Amino acid sequence: MTTTHADYQLSQLDQLEAESIHIFREVAAEFEKPVLMFSGGKDSIVMLRLAEKAFYPAKLPFPLLQVDTGLDFDEVLSTRDNWVDRLGARIHIASVDDAIANGVVIDDGKTSRNRHQIGTLLNAIEENGFTAAFGGGRRDEEKARAKERVYSHRDEFGQWDPKMQRPELWSLYNGRIHAGEHMRIFPLSNWTELDIWHYIDREQIEIPSIYFAHERQVILRDGMWLSLSDAVQPVGNEQVETKMVRFRTVGDKSQTGCVESTASTTAEIIDEIAIARVTERGATRGDDRFSEAAMEDRKKEGYF
Amino acid sequence: MGTPQTSSDHGQMDLLRFATAGSVDDGKSTLIGRLLLDSKSIFEDQLEAVEASSVSKGYDYTDLALLTDGLRSEREQGITIDVAYRYFATPSRKFIIADTPGHIQYTRNMVTGASTADLGLVLVDARQGLTEQSRRHAVLLSLLRVPHLVLAVNKMDLVDWSEEVYDKIHKEFTTFATKLNIPDLEVIPISALQGDNVVTRSENTPWYSGPTLMHHLENVHVASDRDLVDVRFPVQFVVRPKSDEFHDYRGYAGQVAGGVLKPGDEVVVLPSGMTSKIQGIDLFDQEVAEAFPPMSVTVRLEDDVDVSRGDMIARVNNAPKPSQDIDAMVCWMTNEPLKPRQKLQIKHTTRTARAMVKDIQYRLDVNSLHRDQDTKELGLNEIGRIQLRTTVPLLCDPYSKNRTTGSFILIDEATGVTVGAGMINNAS
Repeated sequence: MTTTHADYQLSQLDQLEAESIHIFREVAAEFEKPVLMFSGGKDSIVMLRLAEKAFYPAKLPFPLLQVDTGLDFDEVLSTRDNWVDRLGARIHIASVDDAIANGVVIDDGKTSRNRHQIGTLLNAIEENGFTAAFGGGRRDEEKARAKERVYSHRDEFGQWDPKMQRPELWSLYNGRIHAGEHMRIFPLSNWTELDIWHYIDREQIEIPSIYFAHERQVILRDGMWLSLSDAVQPVGNEQVETKMVRFRTVGDKSQTGCVESTASTTAEIIDEIAIARVTERGATRGDDRFSEAAMEDRKKEGYF
Repeated sequence: MGTPQTSSDHGQMDLLRFATAGSVDDGKSTLIGRLLLDSKSIFEDQLEAVEASSVSKGYDYTDLALLTDGLRSEREQGITIDVAYRYFATPSRKFIIADTPGHIQYTRNMVTGASTADLGLVLVDARQGLTEQSRRHAVLLSLLRVPHLVLAVNKMDLVDWSEEVYDKIHKEFTTFATKLNIPDLEVIPISALQGDNVVTRSENTPWYSGPTLMHHLENVHVASDRDLVDVRFPVQFVVRPKSDEFHDYRGYAGQVAGGVLKPGDEVVVLPSGMTSKIQGIDLFDQEVAEAFPPMSVTVRLEDDVDVSRGDMIARVNNAPKPSQDIDAMVCWMTNEPLKPRQKLQIKHTTRTARAMVKDIQYRLDVNSLHRDQDTKELGLNEIGRIQLRTTVPLLCDPYSKNRTTGSFILIDEATGVTVGAGMINNAS
């Protein structure tokens, strides 16, 4: 808590924290069955920290939901386990492989794992009857998200209709839904990437080690460094190289690129980001680069 | 100015939320693009995308407006259909812009964007002077009690940087503003396209001695806009761990809406009227000495009084009177008009109830400020004064006193859609 009590000023980071905690409490109070969508990335970990603060000393009044792509980084899974253990939280795992095996999603061999997550996720929300799902989306990430509400209404097909979103005034959130519909909740709407990192730094929050610079065998593909793994093997003229890298976002291994970096602490990452000239998604997410409106399309289908 | 913040004071900066109003023709998107660009909040790939897009559209210059056109459906139609939020920061402040479109659905979007704003930025085209639209923007910002207003007189380059033109608009606006509630006004001559007086002082306006737009945004004092006197703590959630370690813990979680709470304070819980003392105030695992707006905290009381969500904690001698009869200004936000005897759901602070429209007193013409007393209903994007009767008492203040405890939303019971936004005049 960093306040100047003399003039009752709250720093911008404390204001963001207070706003997010307010959102968590509103949802917990008004929705029958909320769930926190946990990707293992830094944003969903910050969400977890805020939720922890919102209900302390009680445990989280909702479970976590993770979509297991089958291509997750081990470092991400172990950080997840540490968080779940420490908070005594409940977690549902929805597996893309199971969803494919059960025919819930169809693998045509061409579609990315990230896209298959949509069907898997919607199926898990429907099967468990979740009425509100917290997501770590931020409005500064991408143009299509600048108009996203904190409470984002999804119809019974899990779809987002930009024209049907409700006006959102003051801090009065409207959580009314019909049976079969659900609400996506974005408590980090007003946070920027830099805010997230400053918060991680200030709160000493544990995040997966792949965010920090480390040596890794990588392959340059479409201008992006991909990690050598069972999912990514060199094809054609591609060379395996060893580089000092770190990840700026966490997705599945086949899609998430890393950047060359020597930043090994949160403070160094903050310095690096402050002078970075490319947005985090544009740099390292293959799935956002297919078309200018890629994110908008996936959002309409029910992406995070 | 404009240097990226590498230092650890990023978390310590304060925050300014502002709403922009104006149409594409006034150069609003260009101005926002310039603020983002000059504060280095635009990244290379975003700028490249916009440059490529400008070239493919056959423009001679980079259309900064493209930076803020979000949805593909909007880009195809070349319009903006919704409030968009933008972020930028300078070394001293973080800014959240609520960017509202200037045409269709105007009032609804403007009211939404202004509801959380500390400052409203209205753009006028120096060649056109004040238009009906700019007056309407000012009326709405005043109605929403946005405490600071900036009138940016744009396209000064197209009127040869004429002091006379600026003075005329300034004077005309000041005269008009006397009818409104605008505690703080700044009128700034700019050229968004060329950057004059946006971030750097213009050599073209030696007659202008006021601040540049960015300087004003960075320095306008917003801390004193909050009510630090009248304690208002709407209870959101009751925290009961029921664990061995915290067996008897019972805390009332919420966000402070007004005043300063301290342990030892004598408080009253509304609507029951039971009194107690604050035993402690928790912020996560820390006890704090004081809580003030907009902190989210958990309050513990000395006595085992019955408190639940929707209740409000206030001071014994300074508490809102519970009331079921609400007199308010309402902005109507849906196609089907608001009519007397209509029943709606109302959400006020953390309390939800049903409400019936007892009377529509008048419809306010936001262009002329004329009050149409003969109106029988309120249509989409119309504003009027109405009387509501609620099923349970609300714990409210006049909106002019507290924007949190003085505001509410109306929800259609069948569709679940937010159909109205209300600002309380009086409760009796």
